[in-house]
Amino acid sequence: MATPTTDKKSTPAAQGSGVSMSVVAPAIGWLIPGAGHLVQKRWIRGLLLMASIVIMFVLGVAMQGHIYQPNGGDILDMLGFVGDIGAGGLYIVSRALDIGQGAIAHATADYGTKYLIVAGLLNFISVADAYHISIGKKP
Amino acid sequence: MNLALSHFSAALLFAVFASVVFGITQRNTTRDQVRYGLYCFAMFVGGVFVAGWVMWLIRR
Repeated sequence: MATPTTDKKSTPAAQGSGVSMSVVAPAIGWLIPGAGHLVQKRWIRGLLLMASIVIMFVLGVAMQGHIYQPNGGDILDMLGFVGDIGAGGLYIVSRALDIGQGAIAHATADYGTKYLIVAGLLNFISVADAYHISIGKKP
Repeated sequence: MNLALSHFSAALLFAVFASVVFGITQRNTTRDQVRYGLYCFAMFVGGVFVAGWVMWLIRR
């Protein structure tokens, strides 16, 4: 005998909410690292991701790392830009404030550049994870 | 602002932050996340020591 379901996930409204969350969570997660988890009430995961990525980016800036621009010309510069852009809002703010445009003068600054790129790449992974949570693929 | 870290401390901080993100994003349960994060951290730091000894051997 068929029983009426009370599962909210099966209702059209809930499905619509899931679809919008699957768009909103990655978008806000890219703009603000960790926020994609926070909007889905994964507080500890979100805060840990936010702290890790933001601190890594700030340390990269503090080490005078280079922030790549989209029209660098060199293929390695373009790859660096792809990494940097992953940091979302952090990249936008740093470009707006003209941070990270100096020449790399010492080894620590080269580390800083790598920190900036990896912070962006880690945020890409974080965004993908937020998406997987929003579609129910991950708890 | 000019932060000057040593090679080792820079690698160690890198390992900490990358391991946190890897642990959270690559596993589902809290226990597995902690275990995988610690595993990644150990691999990162172990890789630093291995690379250090390889460079020492090359230099000789």
